[in-house]
Amino acid sequence: MNIVVPIKFVPDLVEELEIDPSGVALERTYMRLIPSEQDEHALEQALLLKERYGGNLTVVTLDTGDVDETLFTAIAKGADRVVKVLGEGFAEGVNNHAASSVLQAALEGIPFDLILTGTQAADDLDGSTGPLLAARLGLPFVGYVTGVKQEDGGVVARKEYPGGLVAEMEVALPAVLGIQAAENPPRYVVTSLVMAAMKTAKIEEVEAGEADSSGAAEVARMYLPEPSERAEMIEGNVDHVADVLVTLLRERGLLA
Amino acid sequence: MPIEPVLVLVAFLAALSLFGYRVYRRFEHMRLGQPAGPFGQWGQRIKALLVFVFGQRRLFRFRTPGVAHFFIFWGFLLLLPTIAQAIIEGVFPGFVLPFLGTFGPLALVQDLIAVAVAVAVLYGLYLRLIAKPERYRGSHQAEGILVLIFILTIMVSLLVMNGVRRDQGDSAIGPAYWQPVSAFIGSLLAGLSAGTQNTIGQVAYWVHLGVVLTFLVMLPGGKHFHVVTSMFNVFLRDLRAPGRLPPAPQFDGQAGVKNVEQFTWLQMLNWYSCSECGRCQEVCPAYASGLPLSPKLLIMGLRAHIFERGTALRAASSGGASGNPSAQAVLEKRLTGDVISDDVLWACTTCYACDQECPLFIEHISPIVDMRRYLLTQQRADPMLMSALANLRRYGNSFGQSDRKRAMWTADMTPPIKDIRKEPAHTLWFVGDYASYSPTLTTITQTTARVFQKAGIDFGLLYDAERNAGNDIRRVGEEGLFELLAMKNKAALANCEFQEIVTTDPHTYNTLKNEYASNGSADGSPTVPVFHYTEVLDRAIASGELPIRRQLGYTVTYHDPCYLGRYNGVYDAPRRVLDAIGCRLVEMPRNRDRSLCCGAGGGRIWMDEAGVKERPSENRIREAAALDNVQYFVVACPKDVTMYRDAVKTAGQESKIEVKDMIELVEEALG
Amino acid sequence: MSKDVWVVVETLRGEVLEITYTMLAAGRGLADGLGGRLTAVLLGHNAVPLASTLGVADSVTYVDHAAVADFTPDAYQRTIAGLAKGAAPRAVLLGHSSMGMDVACGIGIELGTPVIAACQTLDVKAGKPRYVSLTCGGKVLAEGELPEPTCLVTMVPGGYKPQDGKKEGAPEVTRVAPPTALDDLKVRLKGYIEPEAGDVDITKESILASVGRGIQQRDNLKLAEELAATLGGVVSASRPVVDQGWLPTSRLVGKSGKSVKPRLYLALGISGAPEHAEGIRDAECIVAVNTDEKAPIFDFAQYGATVDVLKLLPVLTAKIKQAKGN
Repeated sequence: MNIVVPIKFVPDLVEELEIDPSGVALERTYMRLIPSEQDEHALEQALLLKERYGGNLTVVTLDTGDVDETLFTAIAKGADRVVKVLGEGFAEGVNNHAASSVLQAALEGIPFDLILTGTQAADDLDGSTGPLLAARLGLPFVGYVTGVKQEDGGVVARKEYPGGLVAEMEVALPAVLGIQAAENPPRYVVTSLVMAAMKTAKIEEVEAGEADSSGAAEVARMYLPEPSERAEMIEGNVDHVADVLVTLLRERGLLA
Repeated sequence: MPIEPVLVLVAFLAALSLFGYRVYRRFEHMRLGQPAGPFGQWGQRIKALLVFVFGQRRLFRFRTPGVAHFFIFWGFLLLLPTIAQAIIEGVFPGFVLPFLGTFGPLALVQDLIAVAVAVAVLYGLYLRLIAKPERYRGSHQAEGILVLIFILTIMVSLLVMNGVRRDQGDSAIGPAYWQPVSAFIGSLLAGLSAGTQNTIGQVAYWVHLGVVLTFLVMLPGGKHFHVVTSMFNVFLRDLRAPGRLPPAPQFDGQAGVKNVEQFTWLQMLNWYSCSECGRCQEVCPAYASGLPLSPKLLIMGLRAHIFERGTALRAASSGGASGNPSAQAVLEKRLTGDVISDDVLWACTTCYACDQECPLFIEHISPIVDMRRYLLTQQRADPMLMSALANLRRYGNSFGQSDRKRAMWTADMTPPIKDIRKEPAHTLWFVGDYASYSPTLTTITQTTARVFQKAGIDFGLLYDAERNAGNDIRRVGEEGLFELLAMKNKAALANCEFQEIVTTDPHTYNTLKNEYASNGSADGSPTVPVFHYTEVLDRAIASGELPIRRQLGYTVTYHDPCYLGRYNGVYDAPRRVLDAIGCRLVEMPRNRDRSLCCGAGGGRIWMDEAGVKERPSENRIREAAALDNVQYFVVACPKDVTMYRDAVKTAGQESKIEVKDMIELVEEALG
Repeated sequence: MSKDVWVVVETLRGEVLEITYTMLAAGRGLADGLGGRLTAVLLGHNAVPLASTLGVADSVTYVDHAAVADFTPDAYQRTIAGLAKGAAPRAVLLGHSSMGMDVACGIGIELGTPVIAACQTLDVKAGKPRYVSLTCGGKVLAEGELPEPTCLVTMVPGGYKPQDGKKEGAPEVTRVAPPTALDDLKVRLKGYIEPEAGDVDITKESILASVGRGIQQRDNLKLAEELAATLGGVVSASRPVVDQGWLPTSRLVGKSGKSVKPRLYLALGISGAPEHAEGIRDAECIVAVNTDEKAPIFDFAQYGATVDVLKLLPVLTAKIKQAKGN
């Protein structure tokens, strides 16, 4: 089963986020970009499928910043090919409509049965890359997937619904699946193997074609939420906090 | 006495050949191992031989068994001439060993020591059969008891032989006062007829010879091989600082040890020297907590495995694998997984108690780390650990927090702390992850900063450029990540001007002191002295720079951190500090190099605690709480603060004892 | 340009999902502000009874076909796209959910219509429809105008009270034939797998002590369990805890888990990402404990503290025991 995993880089939410002077976008100068967490799950699921069924695994990403280490790490984990798509203005941020159009072009010439990508990413404002790419390629899409297995020439995807209910969907290939969580947590590959990949593996570079970013709404204002609707904070040490909470609970009749 | 010389000769040669063959086979297996060395420092090695082998120094850490073994060891050496005498006179009747066979004072010593050995052996049998200490669990009991009986028999038969000879006026030693015991035995037999005495003498002789030769043949096969190998093992041991792990070899790009022949021959010599005494097991915190690790059983398992695999490889190469299914089965055994299970390897806290306790200087931690390196390449580790490693790789700290938040604890410090990246300072304070990021520990870090300021220390921080120093990353087996972080740290250090480094964390202390300067990778780091904060306080108090205005008058106990105490020998500086601030120190039974690890080291703080029945930290708090009137449990490591404060609560000892970091008491004493 | 607003009804095994009512409340406000009609789009098979709570809408467009009896991305996408193509409503609201997100982008590409994701509120200012969306784990908000002439919007809960979107009485139901062929579907439903029967149904509990990443170790769960037991409640969890296998999925609170309505919800070491926050919207009182003072959970909680949850739990449990004993 030949698989392609597109990876999107998103702002690391561990860091403080700031709005840039224009007021409509995030400040990217000091922003740390990391691979979207669900894309890492997609890669893990792809590796599991490769281990089970064989085939080629290709990882693709747009050159939006420091992406090389992630690509070499993918090789160290077991990917066969890694492709970096270069384009003007990528470092300033690319919306998902543009990214999916670039990926569509980049995937020409790469044979695949399945595309796995995270079902959503932290900074999605114009939909998600997975379903956009599927639509552009004219392929079926199923999202919120937490398990995949091969069956009768296609795959069966486990799709999550609220309340823990799961639907099994039979999907004809080729297809795009949006991964919510892989069957195992994303693996950790030791640094020495990543270093070795850096020495021996090659990142293929392709030039992006036209990026079609239409399809995203304009942002008139981007801002951080006001703290005014926040919780009433209880200051002090553990003892004091506990005392306050006990009083609170008693007042609300929860200590009956 | 009429002896059949031929019989003796044949028996002796047969035993010697068998012995030689068995030694040769084991030596051959060791040749499968990787190179070891370089050696050198011969003077130090000879001294170690004298102190630890002839002096039996480490044996006395377990007092009575140590004394017993001392006599057995020396008995062995001193009685060797009598064994030689017995064998040679068997082939050449009437032969007497020149000098050694006639020297009165030697005979006296031999007589007395034979008794001492017999008593020691009886004590040994008492241990084995009645006392049955926990440390023997898993050791080869039958072999142990058998050999004790052998030794007893050898002693008794020797004295009986001597006794008979004295009676018959046949002793090569003249006066009876040189052989009081033998003479005494002889006197007991004096009433018997000459013929009976002869028979007794002959029987004693054949028993003596038979047991000696049987023991000789048995020697290489089990725990008594240490009789032969221990000298070499101690002499050839790695003399590096305990706090420096040996470099990590790679085999075909594969990190860590996957198959047993990827260990060094010196490590294999270690295993052959194991006497199964169990002292390592006795002091192991993982074993005490109910985890499946026993350092003793680990070594015994490795020893058995090198032998079976060596044998199987030989069988396969000579006879062809397909024709030998049992050899095939052995060859298919996986070192990690089948021989040694994964959870045994992950249970180790790398506290060094085992390596330090072992009288034969067997290294337990180094094979564990070697195998852990391999396990990590296969993702065979706790998901929590792997997630901590992912955080360390991405953020340089195990908390998964931004590197920009590392120095947030300094925010309200007045005066502000120097940024050593921007201006020089005398002392570079390498703070460490826990002291920087853990919300409960940052108050202690701030206290430390204030005390440094009051002591007039000119210090600065690396602020955001500091990364986890990597001590425990190396010990979980992620060598590559260690090198990456060390490279970043060294690059940051290289751009700063300072004369010394101080750390609050003993783990950081250990790796900066022992592993940074000597690491092969990224150079440019000056070799400056590295101190723990207790050493710096000790110095500042002694010089008067840190004036102590109050004598606290508390009764305290002090917990020696593994990486400060056992690994680096810093025991006295913290104690001097406590004394200087007027604290009365009551030592726990397990103090100094016998201190019980809190259980957080070796990456265990990043692992799930499943399988732990009693936390070592709780065990330790109970030990402290049992002391009279001790108010404070004093620690000098941030992880200890966390571990022991938790333990006080979970062990229900809040009303009895409180955990304080030394710096808190010092600040109190500043007035 | 149309002024009509469509809401795509989400149903699962014969029940209308709550997000639908949130969307109807939003859609109602939008339609009224624009002076247009609010239409609920219902797909199903023999599903007319499901329209009975859609009274907030002006009308229901109902497509009945076996192929859309249950949600599958392919069939739903084709149908909704086909319906929208002809009518070109001003806005089509879908859930930002396992269903809505599967089809919104596909419909958008097919119709050349822009997509706005994770929208929390919609309103009309100076005659122009505007959106406010949540992004970056709830840490950033983005707002702007809905592009003309048509726009797709996926909505997250929280901006509206579902009861405001729920009204008994079915509005006029117009049955239409599937606009496109529903054969040769690339995605078919094979079946459903029930969630593991948990020992507890957290949706029925009135006190929940919920644990997140901040609980750090499986062993520390017992601290939360003790607290919960003392209060007469049970332990629930956010995604990271369930993903590790420390608690079964039956205890999961949030988008992929359950929505809970307890009297007291203790968020212990939970950051409060939108996926989790969705599940606690209706909690009466939320008390959050997290050492990160910027954690989004504090935006939903009534009370908060930044002490270490592992230190707080035993102390709090002890004090509650004491208080109850008196």
